[in-house]
Amino acid sequence: MDSARKEWLLNAVMAGALFAVPLWALMANEPFIITLATRIAILAIAAVGLNIALGLGGMVSFGHALYLGLGGYVAGIAAHHAFNGTPVFAGLPGTNQMLIIWGVAMVVSGALAAIVGALSLRTSGIFFIMITLAFAQMGFFFTLSWPAYGGEDGLPIFVRNQFPGLNTARPWHLFVIAYGVLILALAAFALLRAARFGAALMAIRQNPDRAAAIGISPFGIRLVAFILSGMITGLAGAMMADLTRFVSPAMMAWTMSGELIVIIILGGVGRLFGPVAGAAILVGFEVFFGGLTEHWKLWLGLVLLGVVLFARGGLIGLIAGRGQHG
Amino acid sequence: MADPVLELRGLTRRFGALTATDDVSLTLRRGEIHALIGPNGAGKSTLMGLISGKIAPDAGEVWLGGQNITRLSVARRAQLGLGRSFQVSSLIPEYSALRNVMLALQARQGHSYRFLRPVMRDQPLRAEARAILARVGLDARASVEAAFLSHGERRLLEIAVALALAPRCFLLDEPMAGLGSEGTARLVGFLRRLKQEAPILLVEHDMDAVFRLADRISVLVYGRVIATGTGPEIRANAQVRAVYLGEEAPT
Repeated sequence: MDSARKEWLLNAVMAGALFAVPLWALMANEPFIITLATRIAILAIAAVGLNIALGLGGMVSFGHALYLGLGGYVAGIAAHHAFNGTPVFAGLPGTNQMLIIWGVAMVVSGALAAIVGALSLRTSGIFFIMITLAFAQMGFFFTLSWPAYGGEDGLPIFVRNQFPGLNTARPWHLFVIAYGVLILALAAFALLRAARFGAALMAIRQNPDRAAAIGISPFGIRLVAFILSGMITGLAGAMMADLTRFVSPAMMAWTMSGELIVIIILGGVGRLFGPVAGAAILVGFEVFFGGLTEHWKLWLGLVLLGVVLFARGGLIGLIAGRGQHG
Repeated sequence: MADPVLELRGLTRRFGALTATDDVSLTLRRGEIHALIGPNGAGKSTLMGLISGKIAPDAGEVWLGGQNITRLSVARRAQLGLGRSFQVSSLIPEYSALRNVMLALQARQGHSYRFLRPVMRDQPLRAEARAILARVGLDARASVEAAFLSHGERRLLEIAVALALAPRCFLLDEPMAGLGSEGTARLVGFLRRLKQEAPILLVEHDMDAVFRLADRISVLVYGRVIATGTGPEIRANAQVRAVYLGEEAPT
């Protein structure tokens, strides 16, 4: 079997398992498992976003928690005002509708990513990493010191936001929403990668001078990719806030940015289902080893070391081999 | 003579105390191969960088097809028809030969912000790329990743990518480098035909190929053009013989 078929099959198995396991948990009345699967799905969406910038574009953003947190705060602030019946500002009411919140979260995250990208994409390598980190830290300290929405205590969401036709208070319904959005995000990633835009973006990752010499401006392509990347991660942030019914500056912490990178490396950089595999590994570790020892991150670190040293393609690369570009 | 396709006017670039390009003016006319020769360190690479836009000049102008492109970016110049190949093969290593050419076609069409249609299923684009690969004799290797092509094949793919851009002029940086004598002979024949499509500014170390191909030759020494003329004129030029060709004239 060639590697493209193998990867396709592996993806199908993962997509099936991520649906089947919580479905089984629903039958067996294990809501905790359903919530874990929802967490995996939402983390995977966030990582799909980062995978556009990092995997396809080679832009190592060490500040994607900024968009995750921003999306989270959009959801939290909208819910806060909807709950209290107060305007957000100048008569603009809050809302408890997920679809509206997602739209706002994506627009706001995209706008911020445009600013951060326009400034940081003038640099590369270690400077790019540091500038993206610096912006995320600014966001972190801003939310930390902003008393209106809880400051360092964070902001609780008392009633989970609503989705038309579903009861978001029920774990299974919330999972179905997250799973659906994950599939949409993966579809968007796959389309974009196969299209002309993806061809240009991946070419720029490999050889920006060549791309410029044939007339493809690296800056513009990278910036658009960075914005799309921030938008998807921001969407995941809004969903994450609704899952935990809580937003805090910790969502913007640099460790969160690191976690997103770790997810992609574990799963496979630039691979379609890399974020799904990586998120499953990360959450799996947290649950199984976290129950045994407080120091589970040490073991995760060893696994990460193993992947970087011996399996550059992550889990998907290990099973399906090298990716094909055609 | 017709208007020049590419024209350099008094280009100057200094790096600290070193003047790498010193008041260089030259023209590239329709239908010609204009070769640029000079000993190592003469400033050929800097000059190529100035023309392609990678390096900004301290003074002087670059004109392409009657338009001043001195202040334009590398990508913009390429869009306007400056087709450059690299001294060291510079391709997209993980892309197949076919996909490298398809990318250039896509760039020429200027349609890189398309997010939905799979590019590899774009049959007209594939067919055009295949035809270009066939012209340089690489069609049998279309599906091989650039990283796995032989050195000679990569040089040919460089040419194919430049062809795909259908440029107004070619800027070829040592296309013969590392090719065997057979490969060089084939490329000489190919370039002779190619110049009818668009003129070629050729930087090349292979003197044999230069004197066989070039309609005009400019000699660059310490960043300056010390002579421009036909092959026989350059051979006969006393200054060129003294500083560059040494005592013996090339055969």
